[in-house]
Amino acid sequence: MSYIYYPGCSLKGTGRAYEESLLAVLKALEVDIRELDDWNCCGATSYMSVSELKAFALCARNFALAEQQAKETGMTDLIVPCAACYLGLNKAKRYLDQYPDTRRKIDEALATANLAYRNHIRIRHPLDVLVNDIGTERITAAVKCSLEGLKVACYYGCQIIRPYAEFDDQENPTTMNQIVWALGAKTVDWPLKTRCCGGSLTGTVQDVGQRLSYILLREATLRGADVIITACPLCQFNLECYQSDMSRRFKTSIDIPVLYFTQLIGIALGVSSRQLAMQRLFVPFDAKAKLDQVAGGQHVTS
Amino acid sequence: MSPARPDNDGRPKVGVYVCHCGVNIAAKVDIADTVAFASQLPYVTAAKEYKFMCSDPGQDIIQKDLRDGLIDRAVVASCSPLMHEPTFRRAMTEGGGNPFLFQMANIREHVSWVTKDKEAGTDKARALIAAAVERVVLHQPLQKTSVPIHPDVLVVGGGIAGIHAALTIADAGKKVYLVEREPTIGGHMAKFDKTFPTLDCSACILTPKMSAVRSHPNITLWSYSEVIGLDGYVGNFKVQVTRKARYVDEEKCVGCLECIEACVYKKGKADDEFNLGLVKRKPVYVPFPQATPLVAVIDPKTCIEFKTHKCPKDCVEACEPKAIDFAQTDRTEEIDVGAVVLATGFKTFDARRISRYGYGKYPGVYTSLEVERLVNAAGPTGGEIVMKNGEKPKAVGIVHCVGSRDEKTNRYCSRVCCMYSLKLAHLVKERTNAEVYNFYIDMRTPGKGYEEFYDKLLHENVHFIRGRVAEVSDWTMTPEEEGKLIIRAEDTLIGVVRRIPVDMIILSVGLEAQPDADNVRRLFNISCSREGWFLERHPKLAPVSTFTDGIFIAGACQGPKDIPDSVAQAGAAAAEALALIDRGRVEMEPNTAYVTEELCSDCHTCSNICPYSAIVFNEETEKASVNGALCKGCGTCVATCPSGALQQNLFTDEQIFQEIKGVVSYV
Repeated sequence: MSYIYYPGCSLKGTGRAYEESLLAVLKALEVDIRELDDWNCCGATSYMSVSELKAFALCARNFALAEQQAKETGMTDLIVPCAACYLGLNKAKRYLDQYPDTRRKIDEALATANLAYRNHIRIRHPLDVLVNDIGTERITAAVKCSLEGLKVACYYGCQIIRPYAEFDDQENPTTMNQIVWALGAKTVDWPLKTRCCGGSLTGTVQDVGQRLSYILLREATLRGADVIITACPLCQFNLECYQSDMSRRFKTSIDIPVLYFTQLIGIALGVSSRQLAMQRLFVPFDAKAKLDQVAGGQHVTS
Repeated sequence: MSPARPDNDGRPKVGVYVCHCGVNIAAKVDIADTVAFASQLPYVTAAKEYKFMCSDPGQDIIQKDLRDGLIDRAVVASCSPLMHEPTFRRAMTEGGGNPFLFQMANIREHVSWVTKDKEAGTDKARALIAAAVERVVLHQPLQKTSVPIHPDVLVVGGGIAGIHAALTIADAGKKVYLVEREPTIGGHMAKFDKTFPTLDCSACILTPKMSAVRSHPNITLWSYSEVIGLDGYVGNFKVQVTRKARYVDEEKCVGCLECIEACVYKKGKADDEFNLGLVKRKPVYVPFPQATPLVAVIDPKTCIEFKTHKCPKDCVEACEPKAIDFAQTDRTEEIDVGAVVLATGFKTFDARRISRYGYGKYPGVYTSLEVERLVNAAGPTGGEIVMKNGEKPKAVGIVHCVGSRDEKTNRYCSRVCCMYSLKLAHLVKERTNAEVYNFYIDMRTPGKGYEEFYDKLLHENVHFIRGRVAEVSDWTMTPEEEGKLIIRAEDTLIGVVRRIPVDMIILSVGLEAQPDADNVRRLFNISCSREGWFLERHPKLAPVSTFTDGIFIAGACQGPKDIPDSVAQAGAAAAEALALIDRGRVEMEPNTAYVTEELCSDCHTCSNICPYSAIVFNEETEKASVNGALCKGCGTCVATCPSGALQQNLFTDEQIFQEIKGVVSYV
């Protein structure tokens, strides 16, 4: 199994922990990935809203580069971990596939850089790859430290499965849950899996943004979650970084670790916490202590 | 106008009549041009135009030309033959001509309605007219034959539509077979408590009709039975009906229900279908106390005797008339009928398909049909609105348009949900005094007394929130919301998102075609719309007929319908069936096959393939011959005959080749 890896800007910046843990986990599962050479911005949501065509052109350049690399390596699947990149690239691909007018303009633009896009690339999310390519049985088989007793709130956010339900149910996604079960942990039943985390409002209109994050954190805590896991750098940032702010604002005490789902997998696979970038968390998660606690002090690592 | 050429040197004299159809055709076809074109075609002795050829003055033009000897055959360039071929054939007869010396050129559905380009439209109209002229020249005068009609009628489906149709036909003195696949007739209406907008009791108006069906001397009621085969044609259908084994002899059972009392299971075991699984029933049961026929049925899936053969069979012991018969098997009956009324009804939308409304996840979320059973005095709670946790709700939300008016499920409006939601709102308010919130997109209350009913509800302090519900969930934001189900919806009238905490939610599920509608459609050789509703012959002018003569449709199998509309349609279907039967004989189209004996080589290919067994071989001459009374004009033998000995009236090879020649040589 081999894939081309498109990191996007977040995974090199605020989302470094996501990149580091993802790469470590894929290595532990013996998945071969190679970063896309000379990749550029995905256009993100901001460029999309200013000029769709230019945003599509940015995405198309990445596709064209990926196809070049595919020719050399035989890899045709592009792993895109960041939720915003995943959505942006998916959207661009659909527009290029479905609207000949847009396609013509983009083809012209690519041609000026001696590039071409020929529909050979598939865009894949790590959740999709883990559940549908690798499979939960293989993940279970690779578990070195069962997460038995741990209660996890799986938070998908808005962008991975909406509006394009490529690999999961739009209203009640379950791929992350399936992985958590494969690791031996339980998931809490909470209906907020895809509810808004506040998005960029936490930076612009804090009253509104923090309230949205707070709803998620409060409900996860009420339902007994030990940890929240997510698949989006912005969600992770919003949910984790403002907890003390929120505690003051809403006169309560919010204190719950928010991990990338890849970090949680890594813990179960026995990857070192350094490799999983656990030290980058603002709300620390001491996996061993927590697992000992939930297992009544008798947690054993096999 | 072409100059008159009355004698035409003894050759056929063809009249061409081009219809404007108002602007339907005239806007996309240059009428004057096509008339001028037609007038110079060979054999054409008259070429004329008129606004509406199908109207009386339009038909008069053809008839006058016939009587004046100007023409002896005609081409009308107008709409589809399905629409008006019978009209013009009749006009030909009335004008003293032969109805089959006639051909239609469809320049509306095939031309003007499907183009934006008038020039191209005119070109194609010319080609079709030329083809029709070439063809009609070869038409032969033909005579219709007629066969007697079997006077019995089959009604499929025993809901209110089927019941009403059966009673109407039976009251007119005709014999009716009413076939229902459930153990009882009554359909959905039997499950309701009250009916809108009058709030009269559903059972009080339905059960007398059910018992009338049971006792009517002209009605044979076969419940727990299904139609599995249909052959023949209008006036002469052969129908196979499977009568499923109910393991209780219908003739002997007196409906005392002692067997149910005696069953070794002292409590219900299987989901009670009639009560939508809200309670359990025993393996031996009647769906409800007023079931018709009131005959018990044993469900072999849950009866222990079928599994172990070791049951003490207390039911057999308890049955005085000795009606229980574990050896019963399915049996098939064959009947002859002249007409069929299909009234197979609908199913409600599966609320699980919209997961964000939480049906199947939160016990407080019910479908409207379940609540119909809860409010029914004969239902599992005796009419008390009690939830699964044993409590009465203090606040109830009614979610409209579940599975209706939604791109992702069904785009159509289910027509009945607004009104039944209002009815349920009234009943819930009356029985529990709960706060009731209706979440609607638009209130659709057209109907006699319907808007007045809505107005009445507005004065009963029922809340109306205009906005489609976004989700039903149990996550909370305030202490008041704890333990409640939260309905989140945008109130589009005040422009805010609202969260309404309630105890009970009623999902007003829409109506869908029966899951096996497609099988039924195939069985009866009729058409379905894309959504699976049976297709009527014409949406306005033939709403209960189908494209298969002798098969009529009534009630919600044709589309979502409330009780008054279903009954009205059932009456219409019954009247149509009676009108057909009372004619006594049905005219057969003369488009039958015939044999040119010199070419027949006695190979029997045709007789083996004929679906109507209409071809026989004369043992002496060793030639095939077609029985015109049995031939349906399907053309299968004509296509199969290796030597071209078989031809079909109105579809001879020569006629078809000439028609093709017309298309290709004049464009």
